[in-house]
Amino acid sequence: MTTMSWRQRNRGAIAPVALAAAASLVLAACGGDDDGGDGEAAEELPTGEASGEFEFFSWWTGGGDSEGKEALLELYQDQYPDVEVVDAAVAGGAGTNAQAVLASRLGSGEPPDSYQRHAGAELLSDIQDEFVEDISWLFEEEGWMEVYPEALLDQITVDGGIYSVPVNIHRSNLIWWNPAVLQEAGIDGPPGSWDEFLTQAEALEGAGKTALTVGPLWTQQHLLENVLLGELGPDVYAGLWTGETDWESQEVIAALDMFTQVLEHSNIGQAAADWQPAIDPIVDGDAAYNVMGDWAWAYFETVQGLAFEDGYNVTASPGTEGMFNWLSDSFTLPIDAPNRDNAIRWLQLAGSQEGQDTFNPVKGSIPARTDGDASLYTGYFEMPLEDWTSDDVAKVGSLAHGTVADSAWKGEIDSALQEFVGSGDSAAFAAAVAQSYEDTRE
Amino acid sequence: MYRLRRWGPAILLIAPSLVLIGVFVYGFLGWNLTVSLSDWQGLRPSYDYVGFENYARLADDGRFTNSVGNIIVFTLVFVGGALFVGFFLAYLLERRIRGDGFFRAIFLFPMAISLIAVAIIWRWLMNNATGGQQTGLNRLFSAIGLDFLANDWFKADQPFAVMAVAIAAGWALSGYIMALFLAGMRGVSDDLREAARVDGASEWRVFWHVVTPMLLAVLMSAVVILVHISFKTFDLIFAMDSESRLIETPAIYMWFTTFDAFNFNRGAAIATLLMVGVSAVIVPYIWYSMRAERRK
Repeated sequence: MTTMSWRQRNRGAIAPVALAAAASLVLAACGGDDDGGDGEAAEELPTGEASGEFEFFSWWTGGGDSEGKEALLELYQDQYPDVEVVDAAVAGGAGTNAQAVLASRLGSGEPPDSYQRHAGAELLSDIQDEFVEDISWLFEEEGWMEVYPEALLDQITVDGGIYSVPVNIHRSNLIWWNPAVLQEAGIDGPPGSWDEFLTQAEALEGAGKTALTVGPLWTQQHLLENVLLGELGPDVYAGLWTGETDWESQEVIAALDMFTQVLEHSNIGQAAADWQPAIDPIVDGDAAYNVMGDWAWAYFETVQGLAFEDGYNVTASPGTEGMFNWLSDSFTLPIDAPNRDNAIRWLQLAGSQEGQDTFNPVKGSIPARTDGDASLYTGYFEMPLEDWTSDDVAKVGSLAHGTVADSAWKGEIDSALQEFVGSGDSAAFAAAVAQSYEDTRE
Repeated sequence: MYRLRRWGPAILLIAPSLVLIGVFVYGFLGWNLTVSLSDWQGLRPSYDYVGFENYARLADDGRFTNSVGNIIVFTLVFVGGALFVGFFLAYLLERRIRGDGFFRAIFLFPMAISLIAVAIIWRWLMNNATGGQQTGLNRLFSAIGLDFLANDWFKADQPFAVMAVAIAAGWALSGYIMALFLAGMRGVSDDLREAARVDGASEWRVFWHVVTPMLLAVLMSAVVILVHISFKTFDLIFAMDSESRLIETPAIYMWFTTFDAFNFNRGAAIATLLMVGVSAVIVPYIWYSMRAERRK
């Protein structure tokens, strides 16, 4: 059942139905306070006219992100004109500031009606601390089990429960380059492996170019995960996050050594303070490559005004052809949400085809559902959409963007990586990551 | 009855601020200490007592010890630099040169800029990128043929990186220190100077033997102010290059481990250690000034 049909059912309501709806509204109003108690919340779709408030909490305040969110909120407002929509956004890189505000709201029992989190492991602390409701019933009810890819559903299922609705997919394993720079250095195309990258790097440096640019620590982590994926392949890579792959194995150490070698051909000593200035040397023709997620598309295309394939180009990062390293934004249903019915309506919309096709073209991402309208995703987006919906492409989750490692472990990985990029000591890094995995399992 | 009439209104007047300070300063200090001795990790508060485990772990935490090293270097360079420059500027302006009001304002202005803005300005000035991305000081140096002066600033090797950050912090606060010293110098009675001059002291000796000894109180407050600012500096370093081990200080690590990794207990332990560090400077100062006042 999609949001559209639910809405049509409402619109066609006749007197008895309206009466029942009014009665349920009164009941809902009476039981307002103990609605949403621990696990006792009704697992059914809201009925009746929507009214009251709806507060959505996010860290989307920047270009693209913010407009995508507004488009979706507008659609919600159109469908439920009597609901007062409150858009609570806290600015700050990758949501760090918003996290702090949200943590204190959740801790003090004043959750918003729905909030944004990266899908996957980043939500684990919210689940363990019982801040969010299991909404797998909603997935069943709306038929989402069939329209989301299995790899995605596997990653977001925790002990049989699903706790958030993924609205979009970003791709992490991408390498962006400046075609003119490659031509100048006599290179035909992007490297198919990190080994080939090292060879190309010599040629690029010979031509006076920087081979690869990096930014702050999280962009280095972004690079690390894609070097690991390219060197280890999807199965071994996925095992890194579940304890199945031994971090201290020969194979992983070799991949970490490769990361250090790759960094030696980067501008790490002059790393920019954010990812956009890290891309600037490529735009200016001083550097060749940058590994970044597909939010970089908007920067190349809109901010820098470059043409896809002429001014800049992009493909899967070295060694990850046929693999899709994903991250996803998702929306939750907090326990004790003050306006639970309106929150469920919001999630229904966010998970619907209409909702995702409204949100994603504006945000600059592809739908998490596999049945999006392909005509809306052109240019660069054809490639990720095709790969995401293909069964032959292996889908793995991103470390740097909260999909595979919970907050506590990721915090320790951040610390270890800080040390690792300084020292280049693969064995020490692997040991630290393996140890902190054990330490944070308690 | 008489006592109540005498003290009653005074107590009534200060009661609100006593209560506010009691709750929001000392209450939360105590709460922070409790958290630092607890096992609170994750979003939901948990206050189970674990003793000094969090502190013991910090001692073995390379990221923390690295940040402590950084803050020590930062404090030495920043406090020393700001004191020296502030004192020197005050000495110059104390000569009552023409337009000293103008220069005073110029030197004070940086203090009016928020440290975030200071960080953005200096991040640009001390950018170490080369080629087309070259900006700020390095670009200036290469434009005037002084290439050998160009360096890596806050991306240099430890401990030099954090010294570059101290330059920016010093730039922001030297003017304030200058104002403190200037007020101190102007507070020295002209009679004393006259007396020294009559005894045949040169202007330099008047300054050095008559004026500077009377600046000790100013120096003490300046040090206390600068050191506590230094320990707490967050915005400047966060905006300049966050999560860089070259310049990361305990305050930055505290933020990341608390709000990114939800290690509230570890964050609280770092906060407590920072407070102990600040107290180590402030408490002797308060003790000293209280004793000095009593002597009067």
